[in-house]
Amino acid sequence: MAKKHVVAAVSELPPGGRKLVEASGRAIVVFNLGGEYFALANRCPHRGGDLSKGLLTGLVLSGEPGEYEYIRQGEIVRCPWHNWEFDIRTGKSWCDPEKVKARRFGVSVEKGAKLIEGPYVAETFKVSVENDYVVVEA
Amino acid sequence: MSISSPEPAGPSLEPGAIDCDVHPTVPDNKALLPYLEPFWAESIVSRGIASLESISYPTKSPLTSRPEWRGKDGFAATGATELAAQVCGRWQAGTAILNCLYGVQLVYSEDMARAFCCALNDWIAKEWLDRDPRLRASIVVPMQNVEYAVDEIERCARDRRFVQVLMLCMQEVPLGRRHYWPIYAAAIRHGLPIGIHAGSAYRNPVTALGWPTWYIEDYAAQSQGFQSQVASLITEGVFAKHPELKVVLIESGVTWLSAFLWRFDKFWRGLRTEVPWVDRSPGEIVRDHFRMTIQPLDTPDDPHIVERAIEHLRSDDILLYASDYPHWQFEGDATMPAGISPALRRKIAIDNPLATYARLREDAR
Repeated sequence: MAKKHVVAAVSELPPGGRKLVEASGRAIVVFNLGGEYFALANRCPHRGGDLSKGLLTGLVLSGEPGEYEYIRQGEIVRCPWHNWEFDIRTGKSWCDPEKVKARRFGVSVEKGAKLIEGPYVAETFKVSVENDYVVVEA
Repeated sequence: MSISSPEPAGPSLEPGAIDCDVHPTVPDNKALLPYLEPFWAESIVSRGIASLESISYPTKSPLTSRPEWRGKDGFAATGATELAAQVCGRWQAGTAILNCLYGVQLVYSEDMARAFCCALNDWIAKEWLDRDPRLRASIVVPMQNVEYAVDEIERCARDRRFVQVLMLCMQEVPLGRRHYWPIYAAAIRHGLPIGIHAGSAYRNPVTALGWPTWYIEDYAAQSQGFQSQVASLITEGVFAKHPELKVVLIESGVTWLSAFLWRFDKFWRGLRTEVPWVDRSPGEIVRDHFRMTIQPLDTPDDPHIVERAIEHLRSDDILLYASDYPHWQFEGDATMPAGISPALRRKIAIDNPLATYARLREDAR
């Protein structure tokens, strides 16, 4: 059963930011997309590249040759090894979305006052009552 | 010359097959004189331009014709009767598509190229198509000038026995470039696939390394040229713009495709943002839009290996029957390589060509 891990103070993960964390022995990268948080396994499902080091970019589509529709800026991460694109919201690769997906983990923001009550794992954190925290389920 | 016996040969033949690559030979420019506009007819005589034989298929090269098909002049297939006796008689094709490889694409003058293409297509219609109802032909276009090429398609397409637009593998610039797109639009308007045949206009070295020394290098390098044309047509977005377009790779060899697609698909995954209109893997696009003639297949004779090589294409729709007559690709009557199941053989011989060539699905003229 997944445990809830307190992995960051909200102030550490501003919009557009990301943080590599560890939870239940797994490397997980947490992203903040305009106030929404998403967590993906840090291992690229292709060959294991470090997604936390990949380029944050947008999605480029095209209606016809010569037209570039550039949308969802900051919501795509490219693996630094082979440049494959992953949708941060879903973990799905662009090139093979059903077969090649980065594993997703649940993320939430909790108030410090609530966290102190437990049952949360926060070995690496000092949680204070007045702050908000990012919590990953892994 | 031995005119082959009309008696059918070989258990692997499919009666009524559509032979998608057969080469009529223009012996020299004299044959075209009656079809050239007077100015050009006089010009080529007075300038002493005797022939447009290309070094892609030198007359004396063994590949250019099997010895038993050559006449006293060294040429094979200079007449419809002789060609049809072999291809439709002995090999039982019901239809044969003539792809004329006379070197009109090599001419530097756009105007002369246009004049030669017009003459060549008219010569084909009169001297070949009119003489045997089983024959069809590709429109040879002056790729030196896109407007002229479109004009020639418009002019010839009225004759419904022209079933394809023919160009050479190695042209001045890669075939995907938008500059060429009016040609593709014209082909679609008239229900014609684009046939890309081995050969070069010799505007560039035939290898990316520079000019090779020998004929064998030139011929072997053609498959590299085809790979690059497949890449160009896909990445430039020709099929995104023209989803109806079919391209037939003729005399390209076949087995290189699987390895190339492995590589091309792989790199597309990381580089597709350069070409966002390529919105599915190149392999899928190839299976929808490209067809290949089966001679040469480029496999060993072992039927198991042939079978596996064809499986690697991951589609039964790609291959089209072709003898490549009179080019020397096989011995005897082995037009259809062993290792192809009877069901697939029929598809290759008839169904796939019919699906590719819209005009073969209708009555000519």
